[in-house]
Amino acid sequence: MMALAAQNLRVALGRRRVLEGISLSLSSGHLVALVGPNGAGKTTLLRALAGLIPSDGEIHVGGDALAALSLRERAKRFAYLPQGHMVHWPLPARDIVALGRYPHGATDPARLSPRDAEAVLRAMQAADVMEFSERRVTELSGGERSRVALARVFAVEAPIILADEPTASLDPRHQIDVMKGLRGAADTGVLVIVVTHDLGLAARFADHVLVLSKGRLVSQGAPAEALSEAVMADVFRISAYRAEHERETVIVPWAEI
Amino acid sequence: MSVHDMTIAADLAARRRIGATMAMIALVTLLALISLGIGPVRLSPLAVVEALFGEGSEVSQVIVREIRLPRTILALAIGAILGLSGAALQGLLRNPLASPSLFGAPQSAAFGAVLVIALGLADVRSYALPVAAIIAAFGSVFVLLMIAGRNAGLLILILAGLAISSLAGAATALVMNLASNPFLVLEIAFWLLGSLEDRSFQHVMLALPFIVAGAAILLSQRSAFRALTLGEETAQSLGVDVNRLRLLVILGVALGVGGAVAVTGTIGFIGLVAPHLMRPLIGHDPARLLVPSALAGSALLLAADIAVRIIPSTSDIKVGVLTSIIGVPFFLYLIMRERRALSGGVA
Repeated sequence: MMALAAQNLRVALGRRRVLEGISLSLSSGHLVALVGPNGAGKTTLLRALAGLIPSDGEIHVGGDALAALSLRERAKRFAYLPQGHMVHWPLPARDIVALGRYPHGATDPARLSPRDAEAVLRAMQAADVMEFSERRVTELSGGERSRVALARVFAVEAPIILADEPTASLDPRHQIDVMKGLRGAADTGVLVIVVTHDLGLAARFADHVLVLSKGRLVSQGAPAEALSEAVMADVFRISAYRAEHERETVIVPWAEI
Repeated sequence: MSVHDMTIAADLAARRRIGATMAMIALVTLLALISLGIGPVRLSPLAVVEALFGEGSEVSQVIVREIRLPRTILALAIGAILGLSGAALQGLLRNPLASPSLFGAPQSAAFGAVLVIALGLADVRSYALPVAAIIAAFGSVFVLLMIAGRNAGLLILILAGLAISSLAGAATALVMNLASNPFLVLEIAFWLLGSLEDRSFQHVMLALPFIVAGAAILLSQRSAFRALTLGEETAQSLGVDVNRLRLLVILGVALGVGGAVAVTGTIGFIGLVAPHLMRPLIGHDPARLLVPSALAGSALLLAADIAVRIIPSTSDIKVGVLTSIIGVPFFLYLIMRERRALSGGVA
């Protein structure tokens, strides 16, 4: 099923055109990696798709025009994970995860309906954060905190998850943890879009790769095709070691060109 | 851990919060009774309760119900709205150093009121006074949040707040400087110090509607503050209209602080201190902090207003002076505690 589609999407921040003529259509149950050099417009594209910033062109989500959806309705369709997993107050992990139910009207983590409580529990189990549910998030390690952030996103139970560099500043084990968590969500029918700089993770976990360069979508497709040698050279100005391992594409950035 | 265990843990936390809130209500009630009993004629809390319910001697009834009650109601309401405003601003900006007085809101409100008085547009008991104070307070908080932008750090907020309160202070000084009537200047100067003395029910009627409206607006937004824990962008993705929220908070704070300043002059630092006193008891959830912070604000202002009547001195100490003398060292302590964040680390 078509979960998210954009037609000739354009975004200008002030006078600067950040995104230009982006058209894409993505279906449910896929993990999509959004890659590109610094400043290519990846985060902007993610925000525009979620309707967090104004854009020109058309976006359709689950068949409905995004522009026609209320803030509340959008919040139910998209679970958004921003960069950095910022949490400003030392709340218990459970309360943070429960904020994922906010779009469903559950604004008080101490008074969740049975349905919301179940959703929070499922999310916490899926992200494996049950053991520190009562600990304050500010006391958790970076890896643990990223899992809490993931649980919060799962708790929305939205058909689309947008994650902005969820693996940045995590050790390899936690990077794989987070990507597996997102992969798991995709396998249950969610469309997951992940912004990442890690082409290796993108190739390993994604079904579909979008390559953004200077505000334009320059390549897309299965990882091996979208991240072809030509794209690596033109867009990233690097060469890469390429192989296959356990039937997944392996791409290791190797040298600058 | 199961759903059941999670519910138990949440229940325990909830019970602790309710206990703390009840204790604060008891404390505020006790302080209000003491406040009603203190003055040239001292009355015991019991005598005060009797007088309130129309029993006891006629003299004590008049003293309590007509002379002292307005002062106590104002201390209660103004302390509450200052504590609530502080907690709301701290929630909006996710910043433990936010408060109306650090942002120059009371100073600006005072300027608005002083301008109206000096221009002879209104006497000190007309509604023009709170309206002018509210408009000036709104302007100051609005400008501050414009300068601060979306994800302002501590430093920007505090520097901008300093600039705005300095400007408001200078503008007030200019008005006094240009005023032709020296008695008027003296009156303004004393009024600026902040006091609850000799306030009547007329003052209560002047301030209370605005304070109640401001409090209602701030309380209605409480769950949005909780969502803001995750930052503005995420809160928006959860369905919070952040721009609307900002405007409502500015409006609520301006209504409350403007209304309060119009009848008492500037009483600072209660909004900064109150939420900090409550965090160890209530936790850091910005939504849950609102009501306890209002109670703590009431307790603080009632206590300060009792203190100025007990401390022996040759002339009256103004309650605004006392709250600042206690509040500023507390602010310094907070700066020390937040040193890492202030010197460029992550807030």
